Formats: sequence, C-alpha cells, structure tokens
Amino acid sequence: MSYLKHRPGKSVASVFRRFTPGKSRLARLRSASVVLGFALLLAGCRFVVLDPSGPIAAKEKQLILISTALMLLVVLPVIILTLIFAFWYRASNTRANAMPTWAHSNAIEVVVWTVPLLIVITLGWLAWTTTHALDPYRPLEGNGTPTLEIDVVALDWKWLFVYPGENIATVNEVAFPVDTPVRFQITSDTVMNSFFIPGLAGQIYAMAGMRTELSLIANKPGTFGGLSANYSGAGFSGMRFKALAMSPGDFDAWTRKVAASGRPLDTAAFDDLAKDKSNSPVVYYAPGNPGLLQGLINKYRHAPPPAHAGH
Amino acid sequence: MTILDLPEAHSVHAPQHPSAAADDAELTEKTVFGFWLYLMSDVVLFATLFAVFAVVGRSYAGGPTGQELFDLPYVLVETAVLLASSVAFGFVTLAAQDDRRQATLLWMAVTFAIGAVFIVMEVYEFHHLIEEGAGPSRSAFLSAYFTLVGTHGLHVASGLLWMIVTGFQLARDGLTATVHRRLGLLGLFWHFLDVIWIVVFTEVYLIGVL
Amino acid sequence: MNLIFGKLTLEQIPYNEPIIMGAVGGAALLVLAVVAVITWYGRWHWLWSEYLTSVDHKKIGIMYILLGLVMLLRGFADAIMMRIQQAMALSPNPGYLPPHHYDQIFSAHGVIMIFFVAMPLVVGLMNIAVPLQIGARDVAFPFLNSLSFWLTFSGAILVNASLIFGEFAKTGWAAYPPLSELSFSPDVGVDYYIWSLQISGIGTLLTGVNFLTTILRMRAPGMKMMRMPIFTWTAFCTNVLIVAAFPILTVTLALLGLDRYAGMHFFTNDGGGEQMMYVNLFWAWGHPEVYILVLPAFGVFSEVVATFSGKPLFGYKSMVWATIAITFFSFVVWLHHFFTMGAGANVNAFFGIATMIIAVPTGVKMFNWLFTMFRGRVRFSVPMLWTIGFMITFTIGGMTGVLLAMPGADFVLHNSLFLVAHFHNTIIGGVVFGMFAGLNYWFPKATGIRLSEPLGRASFWCWLVGFYVAFMPLYVLGFMGMTRRLNHYDNPDWQPWLVLAGFGVAIIALGILFSILQIAWSIWKRDELRDLSGDPWDGRTLEWATSSPPPIYNFAETPRVTEIDAWANMKADGGGMFVRSTPYYDIHLPKNTAAGLLIGLFSIGLGFGLVWHIWWMVGLSALAMLAALLHRLFQDEIAFIIPAAEVKDMEMQRLEGAGRS
Repeated sequence: MSYLKHRPGKSVASVFRRFTPGKSRLARLRSASVVLGFALLLAGCRFVVLDPSGPIAAKEKQLILISTALMLLVVLPVIILTLIFAFWYRASNTRANAMPTWAHSNAIEVVVWTVPLLIVITLGWLAWTTTHALDPYRPLEGNGTPTLEIDVVALDWKWLFVYPGENIATVNEVAFPVDTPVRFQITSDTVMNSFFIPGLAGQIYAMAGMRTELSLIANKPGTFGGLSANYSGAGFSGMRFKALAMSPGDFDAWTRKVAASGRPLDTAAFDDLAKDKSNSPVVYYAPGNPGLLQGLINKYRHAPPPAHAGH
Repeated sequence: MTILDLPEAHSVHAPQHPSAAADDAELTEKTVFGFWLYLMSDVVLFATLFAVFAVVGRSYAGGPTGQELFDLPYVLVETAVLLASSVAFGFVTLAAQDDRRQATLLWMAVTFAIGAVFIVMEVYEFHHLIEEGAGPSRSAFLSAYFTLVGTHGLHVASGLLWMIVTGFQLARDGLTATVHRRLGLLGLFWHFLDVIWIVVFTEVYLIGVL
Repeated sequence: MNLIFGKLTLEQIPYNEPIIMGAVGGAALLVLAVVAVITWYGRWHWLWSEYLTSVDHKKIGIMYILLGLVMLLRGFADAIMMRIQQAMALSPNPGYLPPHHYDQIFSAHGVIMIFFVAMPLVVGLMNIAVPLQIGARDVAFPFLNSLSFWLTFSGAILVNASLIFGEFAKTGWAAYPPLSELSFSPDVGVDYYIWSLQISGIGTLLTGVNFLTTILRMRAPGMKMMRMPIFTWTAFCTNVLIVAAFPILTVTLALLGLDRYAGMHFFTNDGGGEQMMYVNLFWAWGHPEVYILVLPAFGVFSEVVATFSGKPLFGYKSMVWATIAITFFSFVVWLHHFFTMGAGANVNAFFGIATMIIAVPTGVKMFNWLFTMFRGRVRFSVPMLWTIGFMITFTIGGMTGVLLAMPGADFVLHNSLFLVAHFHNTIIGGVVFGMFAGLNYWFPKATGIRLSEPLGRASFWCWLVGFYVAFMPLYVLGFMGMTRRLNHYDNPDWQPWLVLAGFGVAIIALGILFSILQIAWSIWKRDELRDLSGDPWDGRTLEWATSSPPPIYNFAETPRVTEIDAWANMKADGGGMFVRSTPYYDIHLPKNTAAGLLIGLFSIGLGFGLVWHIWWMVGLSALAMLAALLHRLFQDEIAFIIPAAEVKDMEMQRLEGAGRS
C-alpha cells in the first residue's frame, strides 16, 4: 500500500493502523475508500489528483479517501435519517407517534456530541501526522541518489526553471530523472502564483521576496501537466508548463540538449523574459545563472532575507 | 381566532408610563452601552494596526530606523499634552455634573486648546519627517508608523470637531439631557484615545528607540 | 480637465462592449420602468415617507431584502456568463469573453454575492425578526439603522457604477496584493472594490453595534438570554462577529488604499511590504464573515424546523452552546485559507485541527434539527422544504470542508474547482437556502401577505436540483486538476462536466424566476393570500404574537416572558394572541428622517470621487455628509407620540381585522 521513502515520516496507512485497535475496521474503511475511488474512476475520465505518479501525490490521494470514508460514517446517517424522519413524522401520518412537547434527551445529547467529537479527534490526529509527513519542505530520500535542486521563478505569465547544478535554465519545461528526489526552491518576480504539478505533488505559493520549497519524487517516466493554481492576472490561464520525468540516461541527454542549444540567461535575457507579459513557448538557456533566485529575493528584500515565508 | 375580550391573561403590567425623563434615561443608558461597543470595535481597529506595525515595524528597506528618526523628549512632551487634555476633560465632566454651564464651556475650551496643541505637534513631527525624506512611502516601517500614529491623530481631530459641535450645542441649549449624554460619550472617547496613545507611545516610540 | 474629471475620460466608458452596454441599457430601462410605475400610481410621497426616510426596522428590513434580491440578479448574471464562457472555452475556442472582461466578472460575482446579496439578506431578516422576537419596539438606534442601510445601498451603487464608468477589479473577490497594487492593477477596478466595500462595511459595523445593543438591552421583561429565540441567539453571535471582525477589513482595505493612493508599502513587493500580511488580515476578517452569514441561516432553520414540526427545538441549550462555540472558533481558523503559503507543518496542523473542531458543534446542530423532527408532526410548507434541502446539502458541504481542512489534502485541492464547489455548497446550501426559508417564513409577518406555496415549491425544487447539477461537476473537475478562474483550457476531458454545470445554472435560473414570480404573484393576489391571524404557521416565538404586518409600535404592551418559545406557551395557556392592553399608554416613536438617506447618497459621490481622483467631488460630498449628520444631531424633536387614545383605536381596528378571519 505504501512505498514511501520519507526518512522520519510514517505512511498514512501505518499511522492509521496504529490508531485503530482491530484490523477489521481498517479493512472496512479501506474497502469503503476503494469503493469510493472506483465510483469516481468509473466516470471514465482522468482524475489526475486521484491518479498519482509519485509518493507524495499517492499519500495525498490516500488521505482524501480515508478522510472521506471516516466522515461518511456520520454524514450518511444524517442524510438518511433526515429523509426517514421527515417522511415518517409527516403530519398526515397517523401511525407516527407524535410527542409535541418532547425536546430533550440526555442520552441523545451525549451521542450527538460524542460521535462527531470522536470522528474529529481521529481526523485531527490524522491531520497532525499527515501534515508533518506531507510537509512540502521535508526532504525526501530516493534510492540513494542525491537530491536534484531546481530553482523556480514565476513570471508574467510563465515559469522559469534554473538548474544551479547543471548550469542551465528553461522556460515552461522542467525535467528530472525518475526515483530521484527533486527539491524546488520557488520565488516570484511578479505577483503571487502557486506552483503545482497535480500528478506528482501538492502546490505551494510563489511569492516575490520570499522563498518557498517543495520536494517530490516521480515513480514513473512520463509527461505531467504543471500550472499556476493561483490566479495571477490576464495571462493566468495559459501559465502552464510540462514536467518531464525521465530515466537518468534520458535526463543527461536532455541537459546536454539544453546546454547545447540555449543562449545565456544574462541580465538582459532575463529582463526581456520578465518584461514580456505573455505566455511563452519552451525556451532553453545556457549557462543558466545559478544565483538568479537569491538575487531576485535580495532585490525585493534589500537585505539578506530570513529563512523563508511563514517559518 | 378572536380573543378580543379576554381579561388580562397572564401578562403583568410593567410600568410603562412614558415620561420625558424616563425616555432620556433609557436613551442614555442604551447610547452609552452602544458607544462602548463602538469603542470595542475601535480597539479591534487599533489592535490590527498595532499588529501590522509589529509585522513591518522593522522593515526599513534600507531607509532610516526609528532610532534615527524619533526624538523621544519631543514625544514625551506630546504625551504629556495629551494626558493634560484628558485631565482637563475630567473638569468638564465635573462641571457638567454640577450643572455649571459656564465652567463646563470654559473647561471644554481648555481641553480643546490642549488637544489642538497635540495635533499641531503631531503635524509638525510628520512634516519634519517628510522633509527629512522619511515620508510614508519610504519603507513599510514608515508606512505603518504614519498610518498608526495618523489614525490616532485623526481620532483626536474628530474628537476636537465633536467638541466644537457639542460646545455650540451647550452654548445654545444649555446642559440639556442630550448635551449631558453627548458630553459623557465624548469623555469616554477622549480618555479612550489616551489609552490608545499610551500603547502607541510604548510600541512605536519607546520600543523603536530602545 | 483633470481638475474637474480626475482620471475619468470618455474612453473609460466601454461603448464598444455590446455585452456591457446591453447590461447597462437593461438596467437603465428597468430603473426607468420602476420610476414610471411609481409616477403613474402617484406613489412617490408614499415611497418617501413609508420607506426611504423610514427608521422603522420592519421597513428597513424590507428594503435590505429588496436590495439583496435585486443584486442577486446582477450576481447571478455574472455566474451565467462565467458558466457559458467555461463551457465554450476549450482551446482553440477562446470563448466569448476576453480575459480583461472575464476576470472582472468573477471578481464582481464574488464581491456582489457576499457583500450585496448575502449580507443584505441576512441583515434584512435580522431587521424584520429580531426586535419582534424579543418584544421590542424597534432597534436601539433607529436612525443609525437607516444610515446602515443607505451606506450598504451606496456600496451596491458604486459596484454597479463600475459597469459603465471604467471597470471593476480584475483580481478575484479577495483582491490579493501584489496583483491588486497599483503597479499590477493601475486601473480603477480595485479602487471601486476598496471604496464600495469600505462604505458598505461601515454600514455593517454600525448594524453590529446597533443589534448587539438591541439584543442585550431591549429584551422583553423575563426574557433571559437563555430564553431568547434561537434566531435571536444566532443574530447576537453574528453581530458579535461583525463588531469584532469588520474593523479588520476596514483596516486591511485602508492599508491597500494607502498603498495605491499614497505610495505606501504595506503589501507591495518592494519597500519592505508583506503581501502575506494582507492575506492573513483579509482572512482574519474573511473567515468570521463566513459565520456572520451562515449563523443567522442556522437560526432560521432552527425556527422553521421547530414551528413546522409542531415541537420545541430539540436541545435548545446545546444549540446555544454550539452557536457560541462556532463564534469563538471562527476566529482561530483563518490560516486554513492558505496552507500553501509555506508555513510550517505545526502551524498548518494547528489550524487544520481547529477548523475540524468546528465540525463538532455544527454536527450537533444538525442532529438537533434532526431530533426536532423526530416525534413531531412535520408540515411540508415551503420554509420546511428549504430546511430539509439544506440539511442534506449542507452536510455534504461540511464534509468537503473538513476534507479541505486537512492540510495534506488541501495541497492538491486548494485553488481548484473542488474548493469552488465546496464553498458554493455551504453558501448556497446554507446561506441561500436559509434566506429563502426565512423569506418564505417571515414574508407574511413583514407584509401581511402569505407567499404562494406552489410557486415556492417550484422555486425550491429548481434551486435544489440546479444546485446539484451545477456544482457536483465542479467537485469532479477539482479531482481532475482544474483550477479556479480559468478563462480557457486545453483539456477536452473537462468540457462535458462544464457543459453539465452550465445546465445546472440554467435550472437555478428557473428557480430564481419562480421566486420572482412567487413574490409578484402573491402581491398581485394579496387579497386572497392575506394573513389576518398574525400567526399563519402556528409559530412559537413572539413575532407571531402581533398582527401581520405589525403596527408601527410592534406591541401596544410589552409582552412578559416566562419560558423559551414565549408565544407557544401563551397559546398553550389559553391566553395570548390579541390580549387587549388595559389601560393603553402613550407610545413614543422616532420620527422619520432623510438624514440617513442623504448621507448614504452623498457617500456615493464620495466613493466615486475617490475612485476617479475627482477631489472637488470628494470634498463636497464629505462636507455634505457632515452637514447632514450635524443637521440630524441638532434636531430637537426626533420623536413623536402616539397618544393612548389613538393607540386604543389602532388596536381595536387591528383586533377587529383579525376577528374577521
């Protein structure tokens, strides 16, 4: 069920198993989530959020399904009872036992406070553990391969990717080898955007003067759609990029291709890119200006910035 | 359903004879209560501005810091002036309680004059800062400073305007129930602004300079 | 020219946009038609003295609801346009709305629906019901109440003015900086946003102060807090939230304004600004705002479910405590609107769990409504249909809400159509259904006319079915990775669902049509639908203890309260309804005044001048507002007296009217 590679983290399932005393309930929950998942998949469309290709996205999917199943424990009875009570106690039903002054019952009160409370305690506990396990800042561990660093800059209305290690840069296309941890450091040279590759991981804001981080691993090769999830103005709808997960060999070939065909990402090239307020085709740059991210953050901060937003 | 001629049923008569005095008392009680609620909302407003200052109060963006800009003795005098105007308003309240119209007016004039001195001092301080190139658009710190202190100043200025209006009313109508009520509210407002200023002084000037 | 017209030039009027010009023309024709009808029937004087200058809470409530319903049409027109655009705009088809127009539409839709539909409807129902429910003669400050309404009205006018003069914000309804800063939005759209919300927000704040004073200070003798009707309780909590939250919005918008007008650096990218400070402040207001809207809706459902089950509300005390708990927790969850900001896991988990805790009192409420029906005799009148529809729909919305509160899940669902579906699920399924339930429930009380049941049922079913058809596809699209606010897209899998959602909106449009028909038809057939009893639903709370519509003084004699459900108890004790007061006393009431209306109208000039930098207009309007206020403050005779003899006549007339039924 889980092929997670988090160092200190626990998988959703293991977390859950520890909480649940017996396994039968877990099994029931699992089957409930499977049924739900099937129902959604049966619609015959590509549910990118529920069709993950990386461990983070996979855990996020599991979390959605398990939480939904837990909540259905109280939601379904409420909906069914609403219909039953309304129907059975209709004024015209002479067989119903009406008690026009009955308005209090300690037993029912206890149940209606306790049941939601128990479910929320369970969900809260799940929230606490998964929030830590799925923290986008948490470094990931692959098959011993070193982490690939990629800097991301949101521009109007395109994404610039800078590979400090490989000394290349690209626009609207980002590539990384499979089964390798990738750490994105993200900022913006314009308004707020949100960096999101739905098939591989969650999203995180890109904000000027600040640096956010996101780590992911792709488990299989493929082309994934990436986008800005946070509305950023007129060109927002077209602010999309391709994320290519490829074999290590292919990745090396790709970096060589970028290095060979790109023009330098110097100040003039960057300014041209930033000022051209439009969506953009894929562009390659080499050399790739490794200090760009920090330079942009400093530009807005004047002084060396604090660690990053929020923390 | 006609129950036209039922006797009193179970309703018990609360005394409901409306009289001008009872009406005024009730109105005063409600108004003072409502005004307290308004002041609470003003507390939230200032609390938000204090929070904003706490967040960006050190974001100098390469510009001047509070330590470089603020003249603490000057601000201390400002503070003393504002507190003095509050004391003066205390005498307004006492005089109004004794129904001494002339004395009330006199103390209002005194309060107004001292309050106006405060405003003038603040305007001078702002002017001085802007002259020095430390205007509100220089940095987030200065934006927050001007906005926080300026919002307090606007409150004081509207208090002064209120004082003119109520003073005029007092001169025209004497110490009527309405004038009493408005003086009471104005007093609450005036002392409230002192409390706010103490926090401004502490958070902005004292901590900023130390 | 700049001195006279500021930034306003002829080019700012979008002559070349047929859609906008059509909308403006339609609105203008509608206004002309209303003016013509009023003139034809010679009702100007009536309108002026009975409504425009009225300080009577019942009249003000009616005006609020009318404003909310009219603005619903505007906000819904925006919704239809968005749905059509998204149903069409699969690449290479760009749809019919270019980004600069589409972006204004979704921003305006959100702003209008929250501030000028939901808020006026909520405040309108509070105006109509709360003073009556607590046996009061009016609100604590009737003039302020009138002023509140006219300030809200002014904000609504400003938003609509942006249709023809210039443009509205293209930033989304939350206007996040730096996009809303001058460097990225140099046009006047954001300025319209700031000033319309600022002006109407001050009105709302005054409402909060007014109703808190009313509820805390003017309850009938014997009505302890724990005997208040639940709607009054929810109104109380809502107004606590208003007083505590709206100043934050005022400050936030003021700071954004200072950035734009005075070049300050609160939220700018440079100069040390902190854009996330805006986002924090906005939601520190924005999340309580959600409960400001939904708590009164909960209150309506509580009244309706008890009345139409013929039973007291199950678990009154837990209902009250659940409401108080929600009020408190609404202030400690704001960060769940931006888990993806990059705060640490501890912070996110804390706010996620705090959010989930709100599900407990909400769940309790749900069970309490459920067990109120249990062992009752449920009558399926229109308000009850809305309530049952709400119980089912809102439960689903609550579930998806808890899911979004799970930070790990929110990372993939945030900013998606799943989120859009969730908050429409709670706002339509909660607030809108609640407002329609309340409208059907209290319409007879406010006007003396019952609303047509068949048309009401038709409206309900269209809304219910339309809601599911329109928004369930959006949940699906969220799972398919579709983000919100897209002007066009290139994923063919999405289109069928968007087309389906478009059909859903068409069904909701029928629901709105039936609602309008219902009101129009009921007024047309008012003689048949007249409510002479004052208590058409066999109600339980004090508003039903007076006639419909109530006399201007509400109760000739203040009722005394001994238990919860005061009116049901009076009826059970065989007393009650139209007990004749002995003896009658003079009644003091506040006079009508045009001051609130004038201040409101001048504030339109103030806002317009500020938007366009027309400084003379700003100055003159501010002076005029001050003058109107001073005029009011210097008025000596602000009350009038209905002498005891006249009260007696009015009461006898009223009782005879009821006697005929």
